[in-house]
Amino acid sequence: MVKLVINGVEREFDVPEDMPLLWVLREVAGMTGTKFGCGAALCGVCTVHVNGIATRSCVMPVGTLAGQRITTIEGLTQGGVRHPCQRAWTELSVPQCGYCQSGQIMSASALLAAQPEPTDEDIDAVMAGNLCRCGTYPRIRAAIHRAAELAKQERVDLKAAIGVAGTKEEH
Amino acid sequence: MTTLSRRALLKAGLAVGGGLLVEVSLPQAQAAAAAAPATFQPNAFLRITSDDVVTFVLLSVEMGQGVSTSNAQLIAEELGIDPAKMVVEFAPADRRYANPIFDLQATGGSTTTAASWEPYRMAGATAREMLLEAAARSWGVAKSECVAQDGAILHKPTNRSGRFGQFVEAAARLRVPDVTLKTRDFSVVGKPVPRLDAAVKVDGSAVFGIDVKVPEARSAVVVRCPVPGGQVKSFDAAAAKAMSGVEDVVRISTGVAVVAKTYWHARQAAARVKVEWDEGPLASFSTAALLETHRKLAREGEGKRVRSKGDVEAALSQAARVLEAEYTAPFLAHAPLEPQNATAHVTSSKCELWVPTQSPGMLHEQVKRLLGCDGEDVIVHQTWIGGGFGRRLTQEYALEAVEVSRAVGKPVKVVWSREDDMRHSPYRPAATHRVQGALDAQGRLVAWKHKVVTQSILAAIGKDWVHATLASAPGFMKRMATSLAVPMLSAEDETAVEGAKELAYGVPHLAVDFVRHETGIPVGFYRSVGHSHSAFATECFVDEAAHAAGQDPVAFRRELLKFEHRLRWVLELAAEKAGWGTPLPAGRFLGVAVHKSFKSYVAAVAEVSVEGTAIRVHRIVMAADCGRVVNPDIVEAQLEGAAVFGLSAALKHRISFENGRVQERNFHDYELLRMHEAPKIEAHIRHNEAAPTGIGEPGVPVIAPAVANAVFAATGKRLRDLPLSLEAAS
Repeated sequence: MVKLVINGVEREFDVPEDMPLLWVLREVAGMTGTKFGCGAALCGVCTVHVNGIATRSCVMPVGTLAGQRITTIEGLTQGGVRHPCQRAWTELSVPQCGYCQSGQIMSASALLAAQPEPTDEDIDAVMAGNLCRCGTYPRIRAAIHRAAELAKQERVDLKAAIGVAGTKEEH
Repeated sequence: MTTLSRRALLKAGLAVGGGLLVEVSLPQAQAAAAAAPATFQPNAFLRITSDDVVTFVLLSVEMGQGVSTSNAQLIAEELGIDPAKMVVEFAPADRRYANPIFDLQATGGSTTTAASWEPYRMAGATAREMLLEAAARSWGVAKSECVAQDGAILHKPTNRSGRFGQFVEAAARLRVPDVTLKTRDFSVVGKPVPRLDAAVKVDGSAVFGIDVKVPEARSAVVVRCPVPGGQVKSFDAAAAKAMSGVEDVVRISTGVAVVAKTYWHARQAAARVKVEWDEGPLASFSTAALLETHRKLAREGEGKRVRSKGDVEAALSQAARVLEAEYTAPFLAHAPLEPQNATAHVTSSKCELWVPTQSPGMLHEQVKRLLGCDGEDVIVHQTWIGGGFGRRLTQEYALEAVEVSRAVGKPVKVVWSREDDMRHSPYRPAATHRVQGALDAQGRLVAWKHKVVTQSILAAIGKDWVHATLASAPGFMKRMATSLAVPMLSAEDETAVEGAKELAYGVPHLAVDFVRHETGIPVGFYRSVGHSHSAFATECFVDEAAHAAGQDPVAFRRELLKFEHRLRWVLELAAEKAGWGTPLPAGRFLGVAVHKSFKSYVAAVAEVSVEGTAIRVHRIVMAADCGRVVNPDIVEAQLEGAAVFGLSAALKHRISFENGRVQERNFHDYELLRMHEAPKIEAHIRHNEAAPTGIGEPGVPVIAPAVANAVFAATGKRLRDLPLSLEAAS
C-alpha cells in the first residue's frame, strides 16, 4: 500500500511501488487533469508539483513519493479562487486543443513561485520542457508575464498559491 | 439585405440539419416535483429551454482551431445573446450534421467557418424571430417594437422585458418564418470574443478521449507488427497473462491486444507478449531507396498531365535561360500530444464509443460495417481532442477498441503509447518535386513545368470516405461507387497536386504532371495536405527564378501576381510589416513565401540568422486574407500556431523507414519546436467582406519555403530537401 498526499488529502493506494505517479493519478485516483503524452519525460504534459517543484509524473515511481506533498492541476484552484496563471491563460485565450495546458500551467506556476517576475530567459529555461503541438508558445509566454503582473497587482503570494510554505514559515 | 424564403430555409435546413423541427417537450402536466424545462429546438443546431439554457450543437469537432467559439458567435449575432452564455454540445453521429461541403460529417479542409456561416446564422435568426413573435403576442404589442438582446426580448416603447426562457413554449408552437440575415453592423461577428473553451482547458476538467471514464472499462494496449501491413503468425501470451492486473490477451486485426485493469498494467504485460510476425510486403521498405526511386521518376517519369497552358515543352526548348531544381519532402507524422485512443462498449445489441475523432460520420459507418449492424445501434460520443491535424480523420484506432471490446465482452479503452503513435499512424506522404522554368531575355518567367512524384492519399482512404458519404445507400451501390470512384479519384488525386496545379503566377506556358508512385505505406491527411509539400517547391523555385533574373524576390512575385489581387495584397502586407527592403541588424536575413490554399491567402516573411550550420529563426511575419473574419483573435492564434507547426516540420521532422520499420519513436528523435526555439510571430489580417474561408491550415505551407529562402539570403545555399539542414548541404 502506498500513502500519498494529493492536493492536501492523504490517500492510500494498492498499487505496485514502481507504478508511475501519472497512472496512479489517472487510473486509480481517477484524476485525469494530468495527461499522458510520451511516457519518457520529453513532453511535460504530465507535470505535477512535488513539494512545489515541477515534476514529470510519468517517470516518478509512486514508491518514492510516500509522504511527499503532491499538487495536481485539480489542486491549483484553491477555495474557488483560480491561480493567476489560470486567469491569465483564460484572459489571453491561450489554449487551442488544450491537452498540454495542464502541464504548461503546472510548470509556469512553479516558475512563478520561485521567480515572481521572470525574464524571457527564465521562461525559456523552465518552459522548454513543455511541448505544445498547437504552437501556443507566444501566448504562454505572454500569459506568464500577465500572471506575474496580476499577482503583483493583487499581492498574491505565489508560493502559497501552489501550496508551498512561504518565507515566514518553518520548512 | 438577404431575405431567405421559408422554402429556401427549409431546403437549406434539410441539406445541413434535416427538417426544421419545432420540437417541444412539455413537462408532464400537474407534476408536483420540479418539472423538466420545456425545450425549444427550431433546428438541429440550437436548443433553448424555459430555464434559459441556450445550447448550440457543433457540426464540426473542436480540436483547438476555435470553432466552438466562432460558431457560437454566428448564432449569437442573430439570436441576440452574449456567446459566453451559450453552452456547446458536440454533435452525435447524425447525417443532420454533415458538412455540406463534403456531404459527410467530418472536420477538415479548413471548411467549418465557410460551411457554418449561413446555417448557424439562420439558426439564430429563426429562433430570434420566433421568440420575438411569441413575446409580442404574449404582451399584445407589435413585433416590430421588440428587439432581442442579451438573452431577453425587450419591448422598446415600454421597456418591458422577458428572458428567452419565458417565451420558449409559445415560440415552439409557431410556424417557421422567413428570416433576413445581417450583412453589416455586426456586433459579435468580427469581434475577438475570448475562447469559450479556455476555462475547462486550464483546470484539467475538459474530458479528452483518453480521459473518458466508462464504468467497468478495462484498459488495453495493442502489440503491432513493426512493419506496416504485417500480420500475426502466432503468439504466446502465457507470460503476459501471468502478470498482475492482466485479464485477457486477444488477437485483433491489427495485432495482439493485452487487456488489463490499467494502462500501466497492460503496458507492462505487453512487453512480455511474444509474437511471430509475417512481416508482409513492406518488410524491406526503405525511405532511402524510395528517395532514389522518386528522383528517377522526377527526371524520367511521364505521369498524368493535370494542368496545361500554352506549350511548355516548346517554351523550355526555346528559352534564353532554363532553370531546374528538385525538392524533396519526407513522410511526416502528425504527432498530436494526445496519443490515439478510443473507448468502446460492444454488447449483443449495440456499440457505444467515446472517441476524439475528426469524423463521427466516417467512424459510425466503419463501425456499422465492422459489426454488421444497423446505424441506430452505433452511438458515437465525441470528446475534446488533444490535437487533430488530420490524424483523427483515419479511424483505425477506434476500430481497434471495437474489436477488443467485442472480443472480451466488456467496455475497453485502447490507448496508444507515443511510440505506437509515431510508428503505426498513417503519414503525410513523401513527395519529390521537379520544377523547370524558363526566363526570357528580359528576365521574365515564361515557362513553368512542375512534376509531382508522390502516392495517392485518396487511394488509401477513399474507400472508407466514399462508403461514409453514401452511408444510407444500399450496399451494392456503395460497392459500385467505391470501385468506380476511388480509382478515378486516385489517378488524378487532387490532394497530391494541390498547390502545384493551381499555380497562381501568371506564367504563359505552364504544365503540371502527377507521377503517381504507390508505396503501400499508410498515408492520410496532414495539416494542409498536398500544400504542405507543394508550396515548398513552388515558393522556393520562384525564389530561385527571381535570383536568376537578378530581381528582388518580393518584386518578382508581385509582377507575376499582377492579376491575383488577394494573393498579391497579402504578399505586400507581409513584406511591409516585416520591413522588407529596409536595413536589418547585422547577420539577419529575410525570406518570403506566399500561397493560396483552402480558398485563403497567406504570406510569410521569415527573419533568420545562420551560425555555422545552425539555422535560427528570430521572427515570422504572417499576413492572411480569409475573407470576412468571425473572430480575429482566433485567426491570429491559428496563424501563430501554424507558424510553429510549420517550423517544426521545416527544421526537424522526418519519418524514415529501414527494413520496413519506422526509425523514429518519441520526441527525442521526432522533435517538436520548444519554447526557447519559438520565434516572435506577428500575425496580420487583411480584413475584407468576401465570404468567410478557413484558416486552420493555410498558415502552414508558407513557413518552410520562407525559411529556406531566408537561409539562401544568408548563405547563398539553396536547401531543397526537408527538413532543412545546412549540415547535409555542406
